[in-house]
Amino acid sequence: MIAKLALENGTVFTGEAFGAARETTGEVVFNTSLTGYQEILTDPSYAGQIVTMTYPQIGNYGINEEDLESVKPQVAGFVVKEYFDFYSNFRATGSLGDWLARHEILGIQGIDTRMLTKIIRTVGAMRGVISTIDLDDKSLVEKARQSADMNGLDLAKVVTTDQPYEWDSVDETLFALKPELRKRLNGKRWNVVVYDYGVKRNILRRLVSYGCRLTIVPASFPAEQVLAMNPDGIFLSNGPGDPAAVRYGIQNIKKLIGKKPIFGICLGHQLLGLALGGKTFKLRFGHRGANHPVKNLRTNEVEITSQNHGFAVDPASLNPSEIEITHVNLNDNTNEGFRHKELPLFSVQYHPEASPGPHDSDYLFSQFVEMMEREGVPA
Amino acid sequence: MPKRTDIHSILIIGSGPIVIGQACEFDYSGTQACKVLREEGYRVILINSNPATIMTDPELADATYVEPITPAFVEKIIEKERPDVILPTMGGQTALNTAVALAESGVLAKYGVELIGAKLEAIKRAEDRELFQVAMNEIGLETARGAFVHTFDEAVKLAEKIGFPIIIRPSFTLGGTGGGTAYNMEEFRGKVEHGLSSSPINQVLVEESVLGWKEFELEVMRDLKDNVVIICSIENFDPMGVHTGDSITVAPAQTLTDKEYQTMRDASIKIIRKIGVETGGSNIQFAINPQNGRMIVIEMNPRVSRSSALASKATGFPIAKIAARLAVGYTLDEIPNDITKETPASFEPTIDYCVVKIPRWDFEKFKGVDDTLGVQMKSVGEAMAMGRTFKEALQKALRSLEQGRFGLGADGKDIVEVRTLPESKKAEWRKKVLDRLKMPKPENIFYLRYALQLGVTIDELFQVTKIDPWFLHNIKQIVNVEEELYAYRP
Repeated sequence: MIAKLALENGTVFTGEAFGAARETTGEVVFNTSLTGYQEILTDPSYAGQIVTMTYPQIGNYGINEEDLESVKPQVAGFVVKEYFDFYSNFRATGSLGDWLARHEILGIQGIDTRMLTKIIRTVGAMRGVISTIDLDDKSLVEKARQSADMNGLDLAKVVTTDQPYEWDSVDETLFALKPELRKRLNGKRWNVVVYDYGVKRNILRRLVSYGCRLTIVPASFPAEQVLAMNPDGIFLSNGPGDPAAVRYGIQNIKKLIGKKPIFGICLGHQLLGLALGGKTFKLRFGHRGANHPVKNLRTNEVEITSQNHGFAVDPASLNPSEIEITHVNLNDNTNEGFRHKELPLFSVQYHPEASPGPHDSDYLFSQFVEMMEREGVPA
Repeated sequence: MPKRTDIHSILIIGSGPIVIGQACEFDYSGTQACKVLREEGYRVILINSNPATIMTDPELADATYVEPITPAFVEKIIEKERPDVILPTMGGQTALNTAVALAESGVLAKYGVELIGAKLEAIKRAEDRELFQVAMNEIGLETARGAFVHTFDEAVKLAEKIGFPIIIRPSFTLGGTGGGTAYNMEEFRGKVEHGLSSSPINQVLVEESVLGWKEFELEVMRDLKDNVVIICSIENFDPMGVHTGDSITVAPAQTLTDKEYQTMRDASIKIIRKIGVETGGSNIQFAINPQNGRMIVIEMNPRVSRSSALASKATGFPIAKIAARLAVGYTLDEIPNDITKETPASFEPTIDYCVVKIPRWDFEKFKGVDDTLGVQMKSVGEAMAMGRTFKEALQKALRSLEQGRFGLGADGKDIVEVRTLPESKKAEWRKKVLDRLKMPKPENIFYLRYALQLGVTIDELFQVTKIDPWFLHNIKQIVNVEEELYAYRP
């Protein structure tokens, strides 16, 4: 079935549909990971986005029951050069296309994704539409232009959990990382409240692996209630959209700073930056991939990191007498992490939980636990 | 860390004459190392017995010795030139073996020469299969079941325990010379005898066969600050049992989920640290059981290898050049990325294309040699191609072999024209083709096409060849397009 992808700048690509036949709009972004399409598709941080894979052959190993970062695919649409209905892997339970169709997600294949990526790199991330219903170029471009702008968009409220829930399960699969610290802690457990702005499951699994017992709460959950739960630490999750639009989140975090140890990842990092009086801005085409080199300024070591963000914290907007910049992206020198010089809090822009991506930065979970260890006595 | 200023002259050992198993890839890496180290202001002394390589062109080193690469000759050069250090990781197995011999005989200590790139201990831990196995077990990684034997009787006893098929690998030989796979005791006896005599220390590894498993390689780099990056993953089209040099190889890996790939990446980082390769590149090979994902470590080359050359060209990351800089003390984040110029070399290349390498054999020139492919390398060259898809790269590589083929058949050079084959002959040809595919042989890739044309299913083909069904499916897609085009003939 023919499908078309139109961008707000007037570019139209014609390809072939896979997954569900329909029409969908979103911000068109690209991801440079060679592997991990299932994790990418199910990452809630991609809500509202049409994701293009720069690696051209996708679907090769099918879909399995284990590599899910949330209950379902979260992207608005999926763009690949060549989709494989035929898959080969011992864990595979079905094809990518069937799974997308079941979840009403439209994919388009057979277009020149290299050209598309170059356009996005030059012009910046753009709104777009993919359709199997409307194949009129003019009308499609108009639809792209009418769709929601990512700037000022609060998507955390869309993907967050409705109700608080508990999480205590570790990764039991063949590929689980060894939970070494848990052994060291000798059975001690840390009660952590996780603000869910669109949290990936592997963050929860990693935290549990390091000895945390988790209560996941909705994005707008009041700070007072969190403090009433008297947790050992607070975790601010990843998530989609413009951080500056999550005003209630920033307000809540302001009330938590200094009260409990805090660790943030991605959107959590941006919200923490905003709560500390900093500013965020939109990157031209964002960082999405599994090969971003980040320098840890405290150790001078380089970590290869998994990233997925369209906004970034402006380090110049943070008070240098309070905040220490701890991590920097070696590709474009943007901020990748900071810590407070006195208060127990730190955060990173990238994804130490990987999934997909390298495990180089897993130590950050251990640092969070060590921070809680310093600050208090475990329950 | 800036470059070392306590050293002034560097001896680079080349790889010597071009032989099967050690070819121009080492001239490529050695030449890059010479250039870079001279650029850095060091005095470069080179020994390479091959006058035909550009590496021995006078302008590439400050002093070039076209002499046999033996410990005795290298010692003479050391005596005369008094280099501060030796870089032994650029000239393949020959250079590494020579450096080991010089270190062990005390020559390096006598003249105060340091090994850079890889220290003696690291080389031994990687090259000595027994030490390697122990090291892998210590970091919780699996290797194939087996042991080293020095006598025929020991070998037979062990074989009875492991069960056939069994792989026989002699220690310290070039390109696996003298090794092989035995399917029964009779074959085993012959191969063990041959292996024991071709190993310089009369030692062979007798090992559980992982024939038919999927084979992968990772190219890894490490610097003195312990930063480790993976340059490239490579998946072998041909399953385990065929020497990598004789396999069609594909970059990046095609059939691994991210979870599997990261497990392999983590293992590689642990391995390079455990073995203790301080700086530079290493190549690590893995086998994966397609039934259950069980991963075992096959081996590690603590040096620039054939695959490094492929990985360099496939990704644009100049492994040899950067390995040379790392060896003199730079760290990855201090070296600029060759392609972007602006970003550092401490990153992992990502690509938006597929790379396929196909070996080229010339059995016509070696009359009477068995053309079955195994653990001993037999190819004399290779072609590499890039494409936006595996199919495109495969077709381009087949054409680039310059053996008169224009791609996967359909060029009038096929040994059988299945379309016009009378029905009565089809069963006979089907049997012929499948019999041929049972053993890995040169040009089997064309037989995959014949098989598909003759109606063999992908599943049957997988059972016979153990080539991953994903690759077979791609071949099928090429055959399907051919059929489609054929329908339009005038």
